[in-house]
Amino acid sequence: MEPIIRFENFGFKYNAQQKPTLYDINLSIHKGEKLLIAGPSGCGKSTLAHCINGLIPSSYRGEMTGSLTIAGKETRDMGLFDISRRVGTVLQDSDGQFIGLTVAEDIAFALENDCVAQPEMKERVLKAAKLVDISGHLGHAPNELSGGQKQRVALAGVMVDDVEVLLFDEPLANLDPATGKQAVELIDQIQKETGAAVIIIEHRLEDVLHRHVDRVVLMGEGRIIADMSPDELLSSSLLRDSGIREPLYITALKYAGVEIRADMAPASLETIKLGEKDKEKLRSWFSSRPETPAEGERPPLLEARDISFAYDNGHQALKDVSLTVYQGELMAIAGTNGAGKSTFSKLACGFEIQQRGSLSFKGRDLMELSIKERADHIGYVMQNPNQMISKVMIYDEVALGLRTRGLLEEEIGPRVEEALKICGLWPFRNWPVSALSFGQKKRVTIASILVLKPEMIILDEPTAGQDYRHYTEIMEFLRELNARGITVVMITHDMHLMLEYAGRAVVFSGGRVIADASSAAILTDGDVIRRASLKETSLYPLALMCGIEDARAFVQRFIDYEREAVRR
Amino acid sequence: MINIFNYIDRPSPIHRLTGATKLVCLLLWSFAAMLTYDTRMLILLPILSFVMFYISRIKLRDVSFMLGFTAVFMVLNNVLVFAFSPQHGVELYGSKHVLLGLWGNYVLTKEQLFYHLNLVLKYLSTIPIVLLFVCTTNPSEFAASLNRIGVKYTVAYSVALALRYIPDIQREYHDISQAQQARGIEMSRKESLSKRLKSASAILIPLILSSMDRIETISNAMELRGFGKNKKRTWYMGRKFSKLDILAMAFCALLLAISLSLNVINGSRFWNPFI
Repeated sequence: MEPIIRFENFGFKYNAQQKPTLYDINLSIHKGEKLLIAGPSGCGKSTLAHCINGLIPSSYRGEMTGSLTIAGKETRDMGLFDISRRVGTVLQDSDGQFIGLTVAEDIAFALENDCVAQPEMKERVLKAAKLVDISGHLGHAPNELSGGQKQRVALAGVMVDDVEVLLFDEPLANLDPATGKQAVELIDQIQKETGAAVIIIEHRLEDVLHRHVDRVVLMGEGRIIADMSPDELLSSSLLRDSGIREPLYITALKYAGVEIRADMAPASLETIKLGEKDKEKLRSWFSSRPETPAEGERPPLLEARDISFAYDNGHQALKDVSLTVYQGELMAIAGTNGAGKSTFSKLACGFEIQQRGSLSFKGRDLMELSIKERADHIGYVMQNPNQMISKVMIYDEVALGLRTRGLLEEEIGPRVEEALKICGLWPFRNWPVSALSFGQKKRVTIASILVLKPEMIILDEPTAGQDYRHYTEIMEFLRELNARGITVVMITHDMHLMLEYAGRAVVFSGGRVIADASSAAILTDGDVIRRASLKETSLYPLALMCGIEDARAFVQRFIDYEREAVRR
Repeated sequence: MINIFNYIDRPSPIHRLTGATKLVCLLLWSFAAMLTYDTRMLILLPILSFVMFYISRIKLRDVSFMLGFTAVFMVLNNVLVFAFSPQHGVELYGSKHVLLGLWGNYVLTKEQLFYHLNLVLKYLSTIPIVLLFVCTTNPSEFAASLNRIGVKYTVAYSVALALRYIPDIQREYHDISQAQQARGIEMSRKESLSKRLKSASAILIPLILSSMDRIETISNAMELRGFGKNKKRTWYMGRKFSKLDILAMAFCALLLAISLSLNVINGSRFWNPFI
């Protein structure tokens, strides 16, 4: 059968860049196939996606070599609109790609542009909306929808045309774990119903493999490193070598000395076949690991007592919240969008003032302090560094907070130097901010907060949108800061982050605190997981499968092992 | 937070008019108000627009911010007119009834006061109806209606999209300004104006940068779904004109006709009670 998409010795170089971004791409995708394209940031996977959906060469100019055909036609002769009839793209940012003012209009957008008459349009919109189960929300505006629902709308918006290829660009990036799981299930269901070829670009391998995938294409530095079944890939060491996170259950099995082979069907925990010997290996690894030592008592730093807060529009964001952040800890605040976690950090920084209850810092009532004064104790780092950076030069950006506080340049110099050195940015001090990568910009924003010498910093989704390598870089850096005595609070719904780095997690739901325990305890507690839209860690069912009764302790020991032995 | 462009969905005949009708009516009405200084007409129009407001079920407090905003402009406009040409009314109406001698050239005359009255009435004839348009026109229909009166759909859509993003950008501005305040950027009234202007740049630059990202995403998303492919497009929310639509447009056309004929009858744009 003729492949729907075929790359032959394909290469691409952006006009703005010196070296090509893609080299020697040879890849065929057939109708009805489901493909996962994985790879670290900068490996060229987004560029590959742009080549498939036609944004290259129509929106991003550059030089193409070799051949790329869709349904037998060279894409360079097709034009964006021809391609978009065959390839439907769901972009990463489900908020940003919402064009219409309501769900129905957004789904209809492509039809409107195609001059479809109104009665037919309404019919096709309804059909597509039913397919993704959003037909009950046709009149809703984007701000009335959850992240998962917006993604369904985006999917319906490309399904109104009978596309032959569905391309998903990092579909899980902005979703909480439970919604991400549903998204993977939905994609699977749509593929089965329509028979379209599905291409998923994502570095969160374990989450995508929740449902069957035919092939995984692994990319690195602009080339295809591997093109094989997930079972084969997981039994190789290719993932580790290229900086992609393996599924946690695979990692755990490897620690226990189990050899992973393709015939074990390791792609999913539901299919994996473990022999009695393998199970025994995991059990003996578990009993060989020491018990987790109890944490020492720490003095409280930030104490919230019975806080309630409602926004001007009457939305009650927090109800009787009490929680304590202890000195020197690294903890996480988790919960779905709108659960109250961001509101809590706004109250702590003084951006909003609670209507009831008290907030104290080292025993001192925070009500006495202004926003600026609180910032000397509690620093706040926004999710997107572009939302904080206002100076051209790195040095000036970091010095900003000190200058506004009226310090002399002689005093500012050494403090900026120290902050830049801690953040590993000293060599770049005279660079413009625009020359830095996303992760480096994040460090600049952290440095610009550290320079005020706060005892505690709150970070909103510190690793959002980062691949495993950059994620590890940022988190290891935060651990170093923590080791220097700075208390770190992370607002997140990334479960790996909670498990691997946060000793303790507080979970918000509907404006209340519903759990306050160790991360291992929370991510194995079915009730909390369900209410906070989290997902059970795969380590838990693995432990049960292998006959380890205290599965929660297994999860905890796995984390301890990773912290000590692996990361050194 | 204050929403400047805010569609308020309430069941009313005004809301039921199509966006295109409302746009045409707005244009006709504005011309009617702009072309004449006939005080009788300028009294009629505000009264009519208050009636419209009543019918539309839009409350005064829904638009209080914009009303306050334009009131400031109106006062400023009047003060400046008086400061720069205190005898404008005398020139216009060709007579001089002095009420109060102030200082040098600054003499308060009946003619000048009458002129200012007309100026205020002009504001009252136009501003409420613009606000009414903004509050009762579903933004979804706005682009379609611009397109219907002949604006190219790519342009019409961009305008509508810009309006739609205003609340998002307001929210983002709010978030950025909070985070920058924590770093010591003072935006409160305690600071001098020059300092506050400087501080504003610390918020605007990040805002512009993050808006650029947003624009790239949305324009990619639109192109991928065929925006700009054809010369024409259809509209999901497009509606046919009803009797009420025709009636409304006819009524506004009548207003314009009255306004024009008053100009002819008066022999100028001004109605002169002093002769």
